[in-house]
Amino acid sequence: MSNTRPLSPHLGIYRWRVNMLQSTLHRLTGLFLSLGALLVTWGLIAAADGRAAWNVFAGFWSSGIGLVLLFIWTWSLLFHLCNGIQHLLRDTGRNFGPPTRDRTHDPVYWSTGWFVIAISIALTVLVWVLLIVRMQGGAA
Amino acid sequence: MSAYPGQEGLRDPLKVARGLGSAKTGVHHWWLQRATAVALVPLSIWFLFLVGDLVPADYPMVLATIGQPVNAVFLIVFAVCLFWHGALGLQVIVEDYVHTRWLELTLQIALRFGALLGALACVMAMLAIWLAGTPHS
Repeated sequence: MSNTRPLSPHLGIYRWRVNMLQSTLHRLTGLFLSLGALLVTWGLIAAADGRAAWNVFAGFWSSGIGLVLLFIWTWSLLFHLCNGIQHLLRDTGRNFGPPTRDRTHDPVYWSTGWFVIAISIALTVLVWVLLIVRMQGGAA
Repeated sequence: MSAYPGQEGLRDPLKVARGLGSAKTGVHHWWLQRATAVALVPLSIWFLFLVGDLVPADYPMVLATIGQPVNAVFLIVFAVCLFWHGALGLQVIVEDYVHTRWLELTLQIALRFGALLGALACVMAMLAIWLAGTPHS
């Protein structure tokens, strides 16, 4: 960059908190889910096109790479969903301000971040257990 | 308190004349991002259940499931909200990390056209399936 003006210090001066991880993951999963939207489009176009096109689409998802991608997409969606709900709740501005800024303990909005991450992982496992049970039930 | 005729508040009239004042659209993006997010909360949970139904289904069953009116309408709304919300999010990512002007502008235009194209493609596909009615091979 040609801009030589001094920058004020930012990222480096903050103590690490889980909301930094949440923020990063929210963007990364959002980016990944945007690519997923294109695959939803592919699926719908394939379904409208005919059996041959649908088989290509379905074949991609039952391949090894497809399954790995689908698993990451499941978690991305669930994390972005859980974190997004927390985002919307925080947008109301509740639980911020002096009463919750007692310096003797960490504010609740730092620890809830770990809760969101844990819930998103637990839900991903649940979704896949249900999927596998359903597939085995369908095959039997 | 105005120092010049036509001056309101503290803003210099020259700033207004040059068109550099507030565009009055500052929170538009923020609101749309939240509105589409609120819509996508129930829609993506519903979508997960739909995919769960589609995974063990064969092609005629897939067509019958997504061609069912309630599912078809929800899929169309889901696709529009998904691409809209996605475009708003990608816009912010490009604004934050792409500092080369020509590349930023190209990406900003490309992602808008891409999102519009994706949403339109989903809607057209859904209309084709829905209006075709009975499953065909």
